[in-house]
Amino acid sequence: MTVDLGLSADQESIAELFDGFFAKESPPAVARAAEPLGFDAELWRRVVDLGAPGMGSAESAGGGGATASDLVVVAEAVGRAIAPVPLVEHLAALTLLDDADLVAGEAIAALAVRRAGPDGTWHLVPGGAVADVVVGVDGDELVAVRSAPTMAAPRNHACAPLADRSARDGVRTVLGPAEALAPALDRWKVLTAAAMVGISETALALALEYVRSRHQFGVPIGSFQSVQHGLADLPVLIDGGRLLTHKAAWAIDGRGDGSIDWRLVDIQDGPTLASMAFLFTTEGAATATHRSLHYHGGYGFSEEYDIQLFHRRARGWAYVLSDPTDESLALADRLFGPVED
Amino acid sequence: MDFSLPPDVLRYREQLHGIIRETVTPEVIDRMHTTGTFDAPELNRALGEAGFLERAVPGLGKGDPIELWVLFHELEKAGAPIDGMAIALMIAGVVTAVGTEEQKARILPGIVSGEQLVCMGYSEPDYGSDVASIVTRAVRDGDEWVINGAKMWTTMAHEAHWLILLTRTNTEVPKHKGLTMFILPMDTPGITVDPVHTMGTERTNATYYDDVRVGDEAVLGEVDGGWRTMTVALSFERGVMGGTNAAVPLLRHFHDWASAEGVLDGPVARDALCRAVIDAQVSALLSMRSAWIAASGGQAGLTGSITKVFASESYQRASAEFQKLAGPAGLLQFHEPGAAGDGFVEYDARHTPVVTIYGGTSEINRNNIAERHLGLPKARS
Repeated sequence: MTVDLGLSADQESIAELFDGFFAKESPPAVARAAEPLGFDAELWRRVVDLGAPGMGSAESAGGGGATASDLVVVAEAVGRAIAPVPLVEHLAALTLLDDADLVAGEAIAALAVRRAGPDGTWHLVPGGAVADVVVGVDGDELVAVRSAPTMAAPRNHACAPLADRSARDGVRTVLGPAEALAPALDRWKVLTAAAMVGISETALALALEYVRSRHQFGVPIGSFQSVQHGLADLPVLIDGGRLLTHKAAWAIDGRGDGSIDWRLVDIQDGPTLASMAFLFTTEGAATATHRSLHYHGGYGFSEEYDIQLFHRRARGWAYVLSDPTDESLALADRLFGPVED
Repeated sequence: MDFSLPPDVLRYREQLHGIIRETVTPEVIDRMHTTGTFDAPELNRALGEAGFLERAVPGLGKGDPIELWVLFHELEKAGAPIDGMAIALMIAGVVTAVGTEEQKARILPGIVSGEQLVCMGYSEPDYGSDVASIVTRAVRDGDEWVINGAKMWTTMAHEAHWLILLTRTNTEVPKHKGLTMFILPMDTPGITVDPVHTMGTERTNATYYDDVRVGDEAVLGEVDGGWRTMTVALSFERGVMGGTNAAVPLLRHFHDWASAEGVLDGPVARDALCRAVIDAQVSALLSMRSAWIAASGGQAGLTGSITKVFASESYQRASAEFQKLAGPAGLLQFHEPGAAGDGFVEYDARHTPVVTIYGGTSEINRNNIAERHLGLPKARS
């Protein structure tokens, strides 16, 4: 055990495999064509061929036995390509489920990140429009419900496959008490954080490409200091977000000591770090996509250019959980203890 | 990735915590704020006696970068006065990298024992960020060099034994190529030190050089090779040697005050404190990464710039937020009854403006990031 802030050789291979795969199979045109539902069934089939849906499941259940840290590498690649497949949702839900068809990816799972309302409806479940199984909290129970996907989503900011799903109609299995959702939600936050890092990275790459080639006043606009400084703020959001997300995954994989000593900023607790990574990267991706769009000038605002696809997903994929301030307040309770009445 | 410190570093950290507990007392921290001299000789000596300073000199080969990171990370989080020691170690690293064997033997022992400090004469009244344009002259006279000029921000000049001095030795070549670095004792005749007091209590100095005579033994690196010597120093400064986790003591002071006063029951304060903890964690990870890159044989220079900009600006954000949240109590200074965070909220609000200026301004660092990290064309001037 010693400090090693690089990817393992296995993870380098995973990154290479998935980045190569998505670069070929899911350029931005694929995400664009998948709108408004935000799902490409053919792409999902190819993701299944890669073995990605069951990667994080136990080998005894037919899965790949990958760690949360490995899955972070995959989720980052999903974000870089804004691939229109609910892989983050599926991998998070499979923290709690090991049905053979889900592990194989023949059926899709999604995680209800917010509890069901009094009428038993999970509202705006990410991936819910295309999922065969939704797992989440209904009352004081954690349940999995198998029912037909809606295959339609309300028109939404990110063109994400969101849907209202019933926690009661369908084949309903009680998995445990409500608290048992936590590990899956933590994993969803960490993988979404990784996707945000990926989105930020592509947003920066698109900006760099544009400001180098776009000329005004006879020079590339990337030679203007105001543009340079606006872009110079972004690498730290990517690098810092990646480190924090990997630290969260490392803790979730049980490799930290679980401490929450914020007074010395020595934090090794998985759920706490998952929340921190989620907050840092969602804000980072909002900033990175906005700066990138802005430096594209009017073209960035036009539908024809790709940056707007990333801009909308940076927000839509994250805010589906809650107002980030609510997440911050929940984090405050973890760090400093709850407010006493 | 693995974020675990190896067992020997954990033992080192434990020993370091012991030294901090013994030497960085509230009285020592109070003295730093009263005198404006951000140095604790008792801490330096204790670290020297434990062999920690020698191990911490970059390139001396006795310690490793992760250990160096732990040293500065823990001292900063404790709010220890380390400015003097940090500069001394950095210059010890420069001497190790470019000094002669004679210079190493003469200069390093006093530094690694914690007895002698070093101050830096780079900036001048008219040249700060554009440091390559400095005009302090060193002119050859027989076997000697005669130095005349003035330097600004010579922090620790009133305590230091050594001075590292950037001079112009050649006016016939492009500005970067006519510079020479010297290292000389502060008691060399012809040096005058005038205090410069700052809004943030820290005392710094203006220093004046009037026919200061030194021999070739004072030339650090090559004659006309001063820019390279500068670059070596900056690569340490922007890496792991402090300046990246300074917000942590403020977090504790503000939290404890806000908690006792009920301010921490409000969502705005809770959100602000969470964001500041997250930023502090990210700063810690970024500086740890610089150390890890150095430990793996890479160049940490530019990741240092990235870290410095983020750490200093997030510290400023936190300080500004906390002062607002504290209201009038955030205006009261040390030892005033009712001062928020025992006066640290007010103090940090006065101190933080400097952190985006010294050690390379945010603007210079952003230029570097844009040109050297992002590969953008040289800025249009």
